[in-house]
Amino acid sequence: MKIAVAIKRVPDMDTRFKIAPSGTAVDETGLKFDMSDFDGYAAEAALQINEKQGGGEITAISLGPDVVQETLRKALSMGLDKAVQLKADAVPFDGYAIAEALAAELKGGSYDLILFGRMAIDSSNQSVGPMVAELLGLPCISAVSQLDVSDGKTVKARRELEGAYEEVTCPLPAVVTIDEGVARPRYPSLKGIMAAKKKPLEVKPAQLGPVTATVAKMELPPERAAGRILGENADAVPELVRLLQTEAKVL
Amino acid sequence: MATDLATDTFLASPALRPREDDLYGIDAALTEEERAIRDNVRRWVDEKVLPIIGQHYLDGTFPKHLIAEMGELGFFGPSLPEEYGCAGLSNVAYGIIMQELERGDSGLRSAASVQGSLVMYPIYAFGSEAQKRHWLPKMAKGEVIGCFGLTEPDYGSNPAGMITRARKQADGSWVINGAKMWITNGSNAQVAVIWAKTEDGDEAGHSIRGFLVPTDATGFAAKDQKGKLSLRASDTSELVLADVHVPADAILPDSKGLKSPLMCLTQARYGISWGVLGAAMACYEEARSYAKTRVMFGKPIGGFQIQQVRLADMLTEITKGQLLALHLGRMKDAGTFTPQMVSLAKRNNVNIATECARETRRLLGGNGILAEYAAMRHMANLESVYTYEGTHDVHSLILGQAITGLNAFG
Ligand SMILES: Cc1cc2nc3c(=O)[nH]c(=O)nc-3n(C[C@H](O)[C@H](O)[C@H](O)COP(=O)(O)OP(=O)(O)OC[C@H]3O[C@@H](n4cnc5c(N)ncnc54)[C@H](O)[C@@H]3O)c2cc1C
Repeated sequence: MKIAVAIKRVPDMDTRFKIAPSGTAVDETGLKFDMSDFDGYAAEAALQINEKQGGGEITAISLGPDVVQETLRKALSMGLDKAVQLKADAVPFDGYAIAEALAAELKGGSYDLILFGRMAIDSSNQSVGPMVAELLGLPCISAVSQLDVSDGKTVKARRELEGAYEEVTCPLPAVVTIDEGVARPRYPSLKGIMAAKKKPLEVKPAQLGPVTATVAKMELPPERAAGRILGENADAVPELVRLLQTEAKVL
Repeated sequence: MATDLATDTFLASPALRPREDDLYGIDAALTEEERAIRDNVRRWVDEKVLPIIGQHYLDGTFPKHLIAEMGELGFFGPSLPEEYGCAGLSNVAYGIIMQELERGDSGLRSAASVQGSLVMYPIYAFGSEAQKRHWLPKMAKGEVIGCFGLTEPDYGSNPAGMITRARKQADGSWVINGAKMWITNGSNAQVAVIWAKTEDGDEAGHSIRGFLVPTDATGFAAKDQKGKLSLRASDTSELVLADVHVPADAILPDSKGLKSPLMCLTQARYGISWGVLGAAMACYEEARSYAKTRVMFGKPIGGFQIQQVRLADMLTEITKGQLLALHLGRMKDAGTFTPQMVSLAKRNNVNIATECARETRRLLGGNGILAEYAAMRHMANLESVYTYEGTHDVHSLILGQAITGLNAFG
């Protein structure tokens, strides 16, 4: 099956972020970057589909400056076959601008299946996948936790709902955004890492769409005030209850 | 054996700026490929090793279930060529893998060191083409585990005095007799590289040769070393060889004298000089995070000068150790390193790692003695590492001889 997986390079989220002097972005100094978690699930899902079917080709696509090549190469080291960088000086906030660039690249590719992560774990917009589907005129199933395309014609997808699940189907070609649950992304083997550098990585200019939504201001949550110790034993309980009612207003 | 990293197609390191625990920007001195390998092994250790290793340590068991995965991921003999099923990585990449494994536990790294540097390497360096084709691909996958038998009960730092003998039979086959002590992987291995003296005589009277001995051979017995208080998540065994008969082609044809096992040890020691940094880094991380969160006398203990000195010393020594290991690795890749350099790095880095572990243990107070934290496990492990692969003292003597030209061994 011919599959495309869109991959975003995001900062490691176990970080104490700082806001850049511009006040509209995080300060990237010293941050570690990696593939967005859900994109890793999508890459793994693609690999498993083609392993089961015994053939096909998987292309990783990422939009951004040259540093995204590192993330693309990680996808190649997992076993994806080739990569395309849509080169842009920066990744715009406006998902539509990105979706247009991705759609322009994906349009001619005759892909059977286009996979995205459910969301990018840094911007959490959940929008680019469905927008690309719309631009390509393809059906889209989002936040999929189980995926079956074994008949080569239809997608059978399972989506987790609050306390239940639903099964959704649509014909191929289609766009699917992947939630966790499909499969943990594999560890690239050392041989995979070595092989990655011999796989094709094409660089093309990104044909970004218009940017209309921008970040006006970014702020860190206020520091939590220090806790207070009301007392040591049962004597402190009445005061605790009173404060929970009057001050914290949680009771 | 090593791939040329300078000419590969990987991006030069992007403009990485130093992070708080990478004060000297060592990340940026690694290639993208080397960082990818590090991050990959680190993730594997975080997910597969750290959650279980404390219990294995308490139980005194090696986590055998990880072997197949370690093989699949390519952790065994990673710098040997691809034609034998290995990854053909650089020596720096090999060092990084050892560092990350030992960030988990020295026992795990020991298993990989022995498999790669002490069993696969001698087969590669001294073996026949048939031996290489037979053993290396299976060992790379972890389907066959090997051990390295050099030390004997009465000959530790002085292996030249070994008693184990291999006697050539009329038909060209060999009969081996002797006992080996402290053998890592010993009771878990399918094949043992046994170093024994033959009667064919070189200038020292007897020539030390390596033999590939299947551990199910008649007369071969492995017994677990009981009562270890260090490297508990590692198999250490005593081997007894009583009239073990092996065919003519069990000998490693190009092994010649004590120099051959010492060449293996140089490989393993190189890996150890990286590996122990992983243990030191794990301890430093634990110390740093504990110092910031443990409140005593109304503030985090990291706010007291004494603990800051501890942390500053640790970071300083780790940073120096990293620069040493990386420079040594680059020289090894360039083919310009010497065994004396390896002695210096092994001696220094094991020593500072041991100190880091001990200081972390102390900084953690009572919690520092628990298996729930890593410090005391690393501290106890590193005492073995201090002793094996040439004790700290023996490396002092190697350096002393290099410095003065005078032999202080005997
Ligand atoms: C956990 C563990 C795993 C091991 N795994 C293996 C393995 O897989 N294969 C293998 O072959 N061996 C292995 N060893 C053995 C290890 O290499 C030896 O323990 C080491 O060489 C020291 O030998 P020894 O224990 O006999 O100590 P000794 O040689 O008796 O040394 C005792 C003390 O005397 C000092 N000393 C010795 N000679 C001198 C001298 N000339 N001048 C000054 N001081 C001196 C030493 O530094 C040490 O402090 C392992 C050991 C341990 C603890």
